[in-house]
Amino acid sequence: MNFGFTEEQELLRAELRKFLDQNAPMERVREIVETESGTDPSLWNRMAELGWVGLCMPEEHGGVGLDLETLMVVLEETGRSLFPSPLISTVIAAKAIERFATSEQQARWLPGLADGSKIGTFAFLERSDSLAADGVETFAKPDGDEFVLSGEKLFVTDVTAADLFVVAVRSGSDAESLSLVVVDRQAKGVSVETFDGMDLTKRVGRLRLEDVHVPADFVLGKPGAGWPAAQWLLDLGAALVTAEAVGAAEAALEITTSFAKERIQFDEQIGKFQGVKHPLAEIYVDVESFRSLVYYAIWALDQDAEDSALAVSRAKAYCADAFPAAGIMGVQLHGGVGYTWEYDIQLYLKRSKWVRPIFGDADYHYERIARLGDL
Amino acid sequence: MDFQLSEKEEAFRDEVRAFIDENLPEGAERTPKLLVDWTRKVREKRWVGFSWPTEVGGGGGSIMEQVILKDEMAKRKAPALGTCFMGLAWVGPSIIQYGTEEQKQKYVPDILDGKYQWCTGYSEPDSGSDLASLKCRCEREGDEYVVNGQKIWTSIAMWSKMIILLVRTETKVKAKHDGITCLLVEMDTPGIEVRPIKNMGGGSMFAEIFFDNVRVPVENRLGEEGEGWQVTISALASERSSIAEVHGLIRKIEDVKNLAQRTTRGGRVMSDDPGIRRRIAQAETKIEAMRLNGMRFLTKQLKGEPLGSETSINKLHRADLEIGLGELALEILGSSSSLMTGDEPVVDGGAWAKYSLGWPEVVIGGGTPNIQKNIIAERILGLPKD
Repeated sequence: MNFGFTEEQELLRAELRKFLDQNAPMERVREIVETESGTDPSLWNRMAELGWVGLCMPEEHGGVGLDLETLMVVLEETGRSLFPSPLISTVIAAKAIERFATSEQQARWLPGLADGSKIGTFAFLERSDSLAADGVETFAKPDGDEFVLSGEKLFVTDVTAADLFVVAVRSGSDAESLSLVVVDRQAKGVSVETFDGMDLTKRVGRLRLEDVHVPADFVLGKPGAGWPAAQWLLDLGAALVTAEAVGAAEAALEITTSFAKERIQFDEQIGKFQGVKHPLAEIYVDVESFRSLVYYAIWALDQDAEDSALAVSRAKAYCADAFPAAGIMGVQLHGGVGYTWEYDIQLYLKRSKWVRPIFGDADYHYERIARLGDL
Repeated sequence: MDFQLSEKEEAFRDEVRAFIDENLPEGAERTPKLLVDWTRKVREKRWVGFSWPTEVGGGGGSIMEQVILKDEMAKRKAPALGTCFMGLAWVGPSIIQYGTEEQKQKYVPDILDGKYQWCTGYSEPDSGSDLASLKCRCEREGDEYVVNGQKIWTSIAMWSKMIILLVRTETKVKAKHDGITCLLVEMDTPGIEVRPIKNMGGGSMFAEIFFDNVRVPVENRLGEEGEGWQVTISALASERSSIAEVHGLIRKIEDVKNLAQRTTRGGRVMSDDPGIRRRIAQAETKIEAMRLNGMRFLTKQLKGEPLGSETSINKLHRADLEIGLGELALEILGSSSSLMTGDEPVVDGGAWAKYSLGWPEVVIGGGTPNIQKNIIAERILGLPKD
């Protein structure tokens, strides 16, 4: 029994922390997010060379062949430093291809994703803002050896950085007519746009598909088998985002705790007052708790455990409430300086607002937990 | 991460399961005879005091085996392993760690056999959360200690034969933790008076105890004079995972779900109400977080690292849940929720109303939530003491 990480995984953690401390301290992160792309391509390439991008992608296609559990360690660290990169998006696209595509398709797309030369992302949500099958209206019309796609995807992560999109489309009216299709950024009729979000380290936007022709063998697996696959990918996304949120929330707690030790009011460190202490203790309880929940969820996804959907929903639901609350309390406990652009705590608050709805908010996941629990 | 049991651990789990199947058949009525037989058989198995060393009659179970045993028992709602609750929880461990050979021989077998109950005399009217400030006076006269003072919130004092007592033997001390001594006292010693306290639920589980020139032989001192704080604190720290509590809470949330499914208001089943559904799901999630936090603590123990203040996390969750589940049940019940006894329109004979008044026993005993938050803030986050 070991509900924790191996020595190798802890070594990886130390290595990553060192790398990010050196190459992406908060001053650098603030610079990166002001650039057009919002990422640092040279850092991304180095991370890919070190094997962190292809960490849990198959070895035969250039990945390192490790599990999501090991990726969890990486994400805790990228979360701590709010490192802006399309890592989660690319992993989800790669997992879609690894799990649901033919070996030919895998050979076509995975090597580029594993070595970091291509960036991928998953596009599901639309104007309906629904994570259910009937929320997908983007249509795939068969046309000889091709499909013609038309529709609009919203809240797509890293939409402008992506080279390829795994897109949920439908070709009929029921859940059995849902498919996942790979769309190349360069295909005719594809256009993208990034929204102006509060968390500058995370970009989301719109993917427009206007009569985009894709070859029939760009459909992942069998046409019509897309819904269970999409559900799994949404779960994966929720788990990975929560994994990163653990690191981010932990950092927000540390930043606020050290502030409470330094700031003097009424001739005392404010951290001496229970009105400051107790909210910090509450944040600690919450972060440790959704940490446990997401560790288990990630393990369950790795194992294809029966309760993986339930485990993911528990982790994301808890996090979607607790992380924003921690962000708000962090700013509040800083007092006036917490409200300034200069202090870092606000960056974590903004991350929490990005985390809350993505891949399902607390309302969505708690309702799902109720349903899965036979209510 | 690895949730696999070793072969030896699996064999032990199978042994426990087989034992339960044989001695506690599914659906069997819990008759007094069944309970008596159960108590005898688990004692023969050495599953009472399973974590204690075999030399003192314990089971010498490994940490993982203890967890397996508790887990399997809790899953099947088995009766307790042993009946001397406080003796097994902390009096025994204290005696094993600090007791003389005579004390071990005199008390430990009786605790294991459940011959009588122990109670705990720690809290005083002016020393609750600030336990170390306790004042119950104790002076040495020859081979005896003479105790004068008062204890309070002593659970099951009226049914106990023995009490583990903290007294002050030295008043002029630098730190208030110093000068405290631990005594093992017979409850029928002249000068002891027990007055039960009626709690807000109407029952009486705890009492106040008055000590008027109570003479205790020096040989009944546990540990050295003035070191009583250490003696008791280390035993409280022997508290382990929260597995049994988690199973209790899982059963409670199942009952609440069932209640929501059989309660209607205005023609609507309460389990269809979005607010109720969300709160049930939240409670379930928190219970699962407790279970998994417990697994992380266990992992730490298995690696040989001592458990620190992080166990306060689950104490806080438990406090929230014990209060929250009662409140949730009452909200589901609506207008009849505050009725204590009777038939229709009273649901389940008022059991939920009673349950909703029971939380202070676990929420306040052993450190209030505010104290748990201080512990986390000071010992884990490193914030200054106030």
